[in-house]
Amino acid sequence: MTTTAPALTTRPFPAPVAAWRGFAGGGWHGWIDVRDFIQANYTPYLGDGTFLAGPTQRTLAVRQKVGVLLPEERRKGVYDVDAATPSTITSHAPGYIDRHRELIVGLQTDAPLKRAIMPNGGLRMVESGLRAYGYQPDPQVSKIFTAYRKTHNAGVFDAYTPEMRAARKAGIITGLPDAYGRGRIIGDYRRVALYGVDRLIEAKRAERAAQDALPSSEPVIRDREELAEQIRALGELKEMAAAYGCDVSRPAATAQEAVQWLYLGYLAAIKEQNGAAMSLGRTSTFLDVYLQRDLALGLIDESRAQELIDDFVIKLRMVRFLRTPEYDELFSGDPTWVTESIGGIGLDGRPLVTRTSFRFLQTLYNLGPAPEPNLTVLWSPQLPEGFKRFCAKVSIDTSAIQYESDELMRPRTGDDTAIACCVSAMAVGKQMQFFGARVNLAKALLYAINGGRDEVTGEQVGPELAPLAGEYLDQAELDAAYDRMLDWLATTYVNALNVIHYMHDKYAYERIEMALHDHPVERMMACGIAGLSVAADSLSAVKYARVKVIRDATGLAVDYQVEGEYPAYGNNDDRADSIAVDLVRSFMAKIQRHPTYRGAIHTQSVLTITSNVVYGHHTGNTPDGRRAGAPFAPGANPMNGRDHHGMAASALSVAKIPYDQARDGISLTNTVTPTGLGRSPQERIGNLVGLLDAFTTCGGFHMNVNVLDRATLEDAMEHPENYPELTIRVSGYAVNFVRLTAEQQRDVISRTFHGAL
Amino acid sequence: MGRVHSWDMSTGVDGPGTRFTLFLSGCPLRCQYCQNPDTWHMRDGTPTTVDDVMAKIENCAAFLRSSGGGVTISGGEPLLQHAFTAEVLHRCKQLGLHTALDTSGFLGSAADDALITDTDLVLLDIKSFDIRTYERLTGRRLAPTLSFAGRLDALGVRTWIRYVLVPGWTDDPAAVEGLAQFIAGLGNVERVDVLPFHKLGASKYEALGLPFPLRDTPTPDSALVDQVRGQFRAHGLTAD
Repeated sequence: MTTTAPALTTRPFPAPVAAWRGFAGGGWHGWIDVRDFIQANYTPYLGDGTFLAGPTQRTLAVRQKVGVLLPEERRKGVYDVDAATPSTITSHAPGYIDRHRELIVGLQTDAPLKRAIMPNGGLRMVESGLRAYGYQPDPQVSKIFTAYRKTHNAGVFDAYTPEMRAARKAGIITGLPDAYGRGRIIGDYRRVALYGVDRLIEAKRAERAAQDALPSSEPVIRDREELAEQIRALGELKEMAAAYGCDVSRPAATAQEAVQWLYLGYLAAIKEQNGAAMSLGRTSTFLDVYLQRDLALGLIDESRAQELIDDFVIKLRMVRFLRTPEYDELFSGDPTWVTESIGGIGLDGRPLVTRTSFRFLQTLYNLGPAPEPNLTVLWSPQLPEGFKRFCAKVSIDTSAIQYESDELMRPRTGDDTAIACCVSAMAVGKQMQFFGARVNLAKALLYAINGGRDEVTGEQVGPELAPLAGEYLDQAELDAAYDRMLDWLATTYVNALNVIHYMHDKYAYERIEMALHDHPVERMMACGIAGLSVAADSLSAVKYARVKVIRDATGLAVDYQVEGEYPAYGNNDDRADSIAVDLVRSFMAKIQRHPTYRGAIHTQSVLTITSNVVYGHHTGNTPDGRRAGAPFAPGANPMNGRDHHGMAASALSVAKIPYDQARDGISLTNTVTPTGLGRSPQERIGNLVGLLDAFTTCGGFHMNVNVLDRATLEDAMEHPENYPELTIRVSGYAVNFVRLTAEQQRDVISRTFHGAL
Repeated sequence: MGRVHSWDMSTGVDGPGTRFTLFLSGCPLRCQYCQNPDTWHMRDGTPTTVDDVMAKIENCAAFLRSSGGGVTISGGEPLLQHAFTAEVLHRCKQLGLHTALDTSGFLGSAADDALITDTDLVLLDIKSFDIRTYERLTGRRLAPTLSFAGRLDALGVRTWIRYVLVPGWTDDPAAVEGLAQFIAGLGNVERVDVLPFHKLGASKYEALGLPFPLRDTPTPDSALVDQVRGQFRAHGLTAD
């Protein structure tokens, strides 16, 4: 099932005449259906960006108020923390940046950039986060979350097997959300604005009532309890909003209220969940309906419409979570993945591009480039030319946008799909995922060679199989051993994920986010793989060249000598690319053999975020010639320096990975010099549009586009103070370049820059 | 069978959109500033059949079409292997791909009308408009290039002129003026690309054990580049 039946109300709900005045359609009146509302009311915009307004004095003043806090935050790591108050939707008094100037209000705590603690995910993460930044954990909090209240983290470690712990420690399975919030769940925050919370509670009560007739089996009991929690959370949302003077029990009546109500729904989520990714959804075209209505009524002008979006985005840029320095090292800074999905085409063929799609992108000019919110354009060759060119221009100017194929998503998850985190497509309000991080395919290959022993520690981590014996690696032997090792890896992995998500539901349930989903929800088990290009090139080396094994005194294979040449993944050469494709297919099939918690649908991603550096750290020499400790390529990228035929050839290799075998997304990051796109600014825009059209047409899923010179990055390493806003796209999201570790900066600079001599 | 140096896919460099560019080995010119000395000799190229080349092109044809790009034959000097070049161009046209030929024009007479018919765009590299400078710079005569330019005009073939700007060699205002007048007199030239001289090929000379003649020549500053572009624009030409 891809869509669930609309949740019928138990009794007709009186239409709030004033709030919905002028809105067309009626299906969405009777039940919760934001998509139907959008389709009946939005106005596609086919023009260019010339109508856009710059920042007002008010916007600049608010931006400045935040701007002065940022250098201190950068210096200290965190600006401030409330260490004593476990955060809930209603835990903190209202906070403001500049109460009299702000148009959209609401902060996670009572002051800007002051972080909250969220111990439900894990107490240790909270305590080590506090200590790392010079704060003492509150003894009362520590006592409550050890003596009286168990955390998700504690639950997981009660149920992990020794094998799972060993695989986690060795780094063959890493990044598991077992110590903090799993995130990647997108509440349909638009519902708060369109229906008001009272109506949502009404619908949830109806869903709950439908459960009452069912026998009290374990799944039904759990559903009833969760629905009760959802209803409770909606009540708390009203209470929190009231503290800001907003009555969200009723629908939003103006554009300003619509933005505000929507944001308050999102704020409730980020007050309660320190999720790895707290994505926003697909809000711009929804909000455009309200902005258009107020513009038509003469209540606002373009400048005010832009101001509302600018102010909203200022808030989204201020989302903060308390995390540990190790976490930040893994993810390059302090990402929150406030992903907003923009554009795309409707099932009826009309583009879902509106003026507000442009207004969101315009914030990168009005407020300066920044990594958050993670602006994601759902690309299709059918998008209006003016929008395509505007996106390309913004990319060339800011490197802050990522692109994902609307052509691949629309037929599968519909035209109300949003991206969770980096590349995971979700039908908003209908689907959620169990985030599963990823396994290291390159390390698994080394385990296959070494009979399950870790190549770094020599410890037996995987199953004890016969190590490969010959002086040279034999393709048939290696294939068979790798297949067995991947069987073990998939088994251990899916079973570990089942433990994690069972415990997360039990101890850190996302009450408000799930209150903004239909019941029942469709769940995905989002597995993932890293090291694809290293593994594929290694297998290619064994197949097309000769790979000699060098063993240490204990017989452990620790190095390899490649004799001869081999075709590498990333050159549009089927000999190598087909190996990568087969690996993806084969691992997906192995994952699918294992039952999932709550019947989640198996998916996988080819995405590393920035953990490609850390994975490389933990992986020894590989048969492709890569040295121990050297970073992997990010996501599905070919290895740095092995794609010899240009960006398009490299992209064509990545586009061969079948989306249906990696429905959680396939990430490609490209860096191109400005001259590598053309000679004049207009030509560069046209050529980038052409590249995106062509990549999408050829089946490519995701592309980060950085338009940068290497010299700029080198200068930014030397003089970070001159580049506070330098934003670059990494795997699936954007980062502030000067906030990367020196090692990550060097990794980015060493990547292939596609350019022209 | 042709002699191929390499191929790549690039954007905004060798014609419109994203292109599959085939670099053929062998060149009759020895330009002082040449950045690709590894393409001088045909014998150094990899023997390759037209079918081999076409298999690679077909593999990315959909990408080339939807990017608004196509195929460019470059080199070396592609007209040194005019029969091979002609066949690849013809096969590309059969696939419905946009085609471009990147040439100095020195061997223009070797290109028959069929080859030119199969070429949608010529990237004509005019090294200098001063006869003596041209000879000093390339070791060859300028006249064949100019007569090829005239022939392309007569046949109505879309043409982009490329002009490498080398301080002390090709920045003489009088020579630039002469070239601008000549080009403005042609009806088929859509744009003039003024390419600032660079020395990124110097390492190739080192690898080949050859001296790089312009090692000490400076790269042009942006004022000079703007000035020369301005000279072309003053004649109503599009110059970037």
